[in-house]
Amino acid sequence: MKSPRALAVQIGFLLLPIVISLAVAAALVIAVGRDPLEVVDALWKGAFKDSRKLGGVFNFWIPLTLVSIGLVVTFRAGLWNIGVEGQMMMGALFASWGAQYLPLGESLSPLLNLILIALSAVGGMFWAFVVGLLKIRLGVNEIFGGVALNALVNVISIYLISGPWQPRIGGSAQGTEPFPTPALLPEFSSRFPTNLFMIALVIAAFIIVLILLNATRWGLNLKAVGRNMRSALLLGVATERTSMSAFLVCGALAGIAGSYRVLFTFDNLRPLASGGIGFLGLLVVLLLSIRLLWVPLIAFAFSAILTGSTRLQIALKLDSSLAGVLQGMLVLFVILFHGVQEVFFPGTLADEEIEDPHPPAPSPTGREREVGTVELTKSDNSPLPRSGGGGLGVGA
Amino acid sequence: MDIELRNIHKRFGAIHANNDINVKFSHGRIVGILGENGAGKSTLMKILSGFQPADEGEILIDNDIIDYTGPTAAIANGIGMLQQDPLDVGAFTVLENFIYGGVEGITLKRAEAAARLKDLSRRFGFELDPFQPIDNLLIAQRQQLEIIRLLALGVETLILDEPTTGISADQKDILFDALRRLAHDEGLVVLLVSHKLEDVIDLCDEVVVLRNGVMVGEMDMPVSDDNLTSAVIAETKQQLVTMMFGEVLEAQQRPQYEIGAPVLITEELVVHDQRLDMQPITLTAQSGEVIGLAGLGGSGQELFMRACARLQRIDSGALSFDGQSSLKSSYRQLFRRGCVFGAAGRLEEGLIAGLTLTEHSALVSDDKLQIDWKSVEKQTASRIDRYRIKGRNSDTIEQLSGGNQQRVLIGLLPDDPKLLILEQPTRGLDVDSARWIWTQLLERCQRGAAIIFNSSDLEELVTYSDRIFVFYAGQNHEVPDVNQTTIDELGHMIGGDFNN
Repeated sequence: MKSPRALAVQIGFLLLPIVISLAVAAALVIAVGRDPLEVVDALWKGAFKDSRKLGGVFNFWIPLTLVSIGLVVTFRAGLWNIGVEGQMMMGALFASWGAQYLPLGESLSPLLNLILIALSAVGGMFWAFVVGLLKIRLGVNEIFGGVALNALVNVISIYLISGPWQPRIGGSAQGTEPFPTPALLPEFSSRFPTNLFMIALVIAAFIIVLILLNATRWGLNLKAVGRNMRSALLLGVATERTSMSAFLVCGALAGIAGSYRVLFTFDNLRPLASGGIGFLGLLVVLLLSIRLLWVPLIAFAFSAILTGSTRLQIALKLDSSLAGVLQGMLVLFVILFHGVQEVFFPGTLADEEIEDPHPPAPSPTGREREVGTVELTKSDNSPLPRSGGGGLGVGA
Repeated sequence: MDIELRNIHKRFGAIHANNDINVKFSHGRIVGILGENGAGKSTLMKILSGFQPADEGEILIDNDIIDYTGPTAAIANGIGMLQQDPLDVGAFTVLENFIYGGVEGITLKRAEAAARLKDLSRRFGFELDPFQPIDNLLIAQRQQLEIIRLLALGVETLILDEPTTGISADQKDILFDALRRLAHDEGLVVLLVSHKLEDVIDLCDEVVVLRNGVMVGEMDMPVSDDNLTSAVIAETKQQLVTMMFGEVLEAQQRPQYEIGAPVLITEELVVHDQRLDMQPITLTAQSGEVIGLAGLGGSGQELFMRACARLQRIDSGALSFDGQSSLKSSYRQLFRRGCVFGAAGRLEEGLIAGLTLTEHSALVSDDKLQIDWKSVEKQTASRIDRYRIKGRNSDTIEQLSGGNQQRVLIGLLPDDPKLLILEQPTRGLDVDSARWIWTQLLERCQRGAAIIFNSSDLEELVTYSDRIFVFYAGQNHEVPDVNQTTIDELGHMIGGDFNN
């Protein structure tokens, strides 16, 4: 049982960063001569005014939740899968290939949808496999590998869009032709424009991963590898296979998220179709200190703010990136306060049976885990660098 | 300076680590602090040296109550502690390490400091090159540096925690001479925390003994000049053991059993790392056999052991485990065939901080995807019982004391391994715990396991090994007749003196 004092500190540290980041955002709004309440009103209306808007929120929520679930898995294994954005993109490419070249008619549309989703999962896994292979076999840190592969998949997509897959008329680097209707994921209705099957898929993925992480040997192995690779190896865990499986699971989920972007949001393949959602997923997961349980909820809040922010521009002539500023600050303050709490109020941290408060920091050399043939070097499990992911470029 | 500790209490959760300790340390005396693991001696020394505050109680220096927190404040009050692993900065040179604890003003005054360093080293017969990087130093030299650094800071009470671990016989003599001069000639208080009773008897003027957080006795040591016969030593040792454990320990007997077929064979095995190019090693370990590797830290024995477990690259030569060449195997493949490597750093390699005892059990229980938590909980409880671990299923491993962590590690070993490769299996454990660990290990030998282990405790090597290999600067020599070898001879061999 926690003492009342510990509980008070815990709740205080939960609310304080939210209050502070709201205050800073409000100060920013006041500084440009606007009323913060107006902004809140605009955000709220932009996200929840009617069921159409709500559908838009879900269209962000689906890919964001998928990548966040995947990232919980890689973080649990101590891996910083920055390559998640590229894995989304590779999933989108695979789905786009299928959408254009698999000739299934209107009547077989649901089957085609399933095939394309499966293809996108394979695409995401493929790109994640490359990161994993570089990391495990060659000792290339997954952050460096991920960044490089993100760039590479963007080059490939631009080549495809402006080359083999360019529209017959008016070809440019804007995007491919819209995919045939059977390939596209259907809207539930024009009043609620989102895809219910994908929502169900997200919920299923959430429940399955939750069970896998907390009730199975695989989940325990991930945790062991994430916390101490060398000990896990000596205790008999197949560390390489475990790390790779984390990459593959995350890649599959990211790939499916990518498919949603091209098969629903855009109806065609565009450059940067992943839209920074993978990076936003990193923020969601960091914000939650890798607690999977809260991922759908926080992802929903992020999606609502993002969707709502489009209205800032229309209604208030404020730049919609204000929403990104708010989210970025929120993550920074949460991580900052987590650190403050740890230093000044140890012992009041939340019960943490299903999360790791600190993913291990990546080692810049990436040498720490070549096992089997290469000497194990000693490196500490230092806590995570206390800053959020890189620049956010979340766009619709 | 004279120190008095009054009514010191310290609790860690339910454990009363220091329970009303009252003791005086007088200037010019070398005092041994004895006790089994978890008796509270490290806690007491950490309180005295400022690393942690006491819950209750007072520290008096020359009859004044002094209140300080933090090691820096303790040093300012004249009390300095030499940690078991010296707290120096690897990339720095000797001189830089010497300077960085005691900078006053902005400029470093290197020349002045270098002169001071040389002067102090000469006084104590230490050989320290001011411009060597710390990484190139032996443990003994790092200790020497830390001692003179503390002296330069004006320390009048010097606390040493297990200073004779990992140093050779000659280096120990130099260290003890220096400590005697500091205490007897210069009037310092020297406090020695050690499990090695011979060292304590040799060096100390008196000892205080702790048991379960309570001070259970004080005793003067025989004067360490000429009348220190082996009979006197043995008798004193027995008295100390009785005080520490409250009972007389029987000498440990090796069970009798047959040595079996070869388990591990190396032929002309060559390994290297950045610091060491090793001579080829040819060795055969047979089922039931215990092979001890002696040597100062970093002499190549660690590299060799890791190479055997396939945790270290092998340059050339042959290696076979259980009848199959294992040059191309991974550690995990060997592990599944019954070869287990136990590393010296428990929380760095071996156990996983943040995981509970139950989770550790689950990791080694079986391979099924579904974990049967109920049966794992049961297994864990029976392990705790069987291995006398002070802890609960739901405790995370870092909540346990070092000795208990070691017990967990031994408890996690498979029951019937073919080969155990163990780095310092009893490092930092008291006599009783170390014996207990060996009982467990020898049981496995009796069932057919071969053991290869290294240790900086020469007595442990001589007691348990069927054969001993001495490593010195990458060379290796088999000790010809282990039964006839004394600890003293072995101490000279690890210093590179093989003709003795």
